[in-house]
Amino acid sequence: MRELSLHVLDVAENALEAGASRIQIRIDESAEADLLRVEIADNGRGMSKELVRNVLDPFYTTRKTRHVGLGLPLFRDAARRCDGDLVLRSEPGKGTVVNATFRLSHIDRAPLGDMPSALMALLLSEHPVDVAYHHRVGVHEFQLDTAEIRKELEGVPLNHPRIRDWIFKELREGEAGLYSSVSGSVSVSVEPSGTE
Amino acid sequence: MARLKNIEELKKLRGEAQKDLAIRTQTGTRIIIGMGTCGIAAGAREVMHAVLRELETRKIEAHVETVGCVGMCAQEPLVDIEQAGKSRVRYANITPDLVPRLIEDHLIKGQVIQEWAIGRLDARKIQ
Repeated sequence: MRELSLHVLDVAENALEAGASRIQIRIDESAEADLLRVEIADNGRGMSKELVRNVLDPFYTTRKTRHVGLGLPLFRDAARRCDGDLVLRSEPGKGTVVNATFRLSHIDRAPLGDMPSALMALLLSEHPVDVAYHHRVGVHEFQLDTAEIRKELEGVPLNHPRIRDWIFKELREGEAGLYSSVSGSVSVSVEPSGTE
Repeated sequence: MARLKNIEELKKLRGEAQKDLAIRTQTGTRIIIGMGTCGIAAGAREVMHAVLRELETRKIEAHVETVGCVGMCAQEPLVDIEQAGKSRVRYANITPDLVPRLIEDHLIKGQVIQEWAIGRLDARKIQ
């Protein structure tokens, strides 16, 4: 994949297939530690030890119409190419965590790329899901939790055109803020309306 | 730290959305984009972004949905357009630069673009 955000999207879609209702995506970039860390955690059905082993084999797939399952093996290759690695932790009934690390400055390290679009592709899935997103770049942080947005929406779906455009805008602005010269944290949180 | 300006905007949008939700399910347009590993690798996310941008520019309200791999990996990105009362049409090998014409011809003019279409599912009868 041209960008790491596409790998994140790909792994998150595995989580959807596994029946996850909530996916946590954490991205940490540290110039100081020269490290880029991506973690995708889900509350889906999880995998047995055997399946965890198989899933990193490019010739293993659960699909019936193909003979390859390339998503995870290629993501691991990308990480290993950059002095990092990919580690899977999973337990049946408990969900899965995929952790990929990269040396931030490695010449072969693909850019993170367009995370807002990747998150939108996930949120517009036919499987409704909540995403807790946390992206840190040095001292700048951006967080967004769709569960909070859903609470505020009182039943209106996230993928309603106007809501979806609002979320997309929030994501783009939040991400842009990480790379600007203004320091600080931005977190999109929904405060309860009205008074106690 | 809440960004109050945008939260107020969300509440306002919620109100508007609640009003038109009922109308939408009956008369809506659905644009369905394949987003399996094959789709992602072929650039489907960029196509989705182009679709969202085009809808916003033309101020068209349509439902956009991403689905998994349907097994036609070599023809991704795939874009299905379904409109109430009409056949669902599947378009193959769509790239972001083709999106403006896709929206213009199919959604606005109601003309299927034969050169790009690879399949059609007849309209379901609405009870």
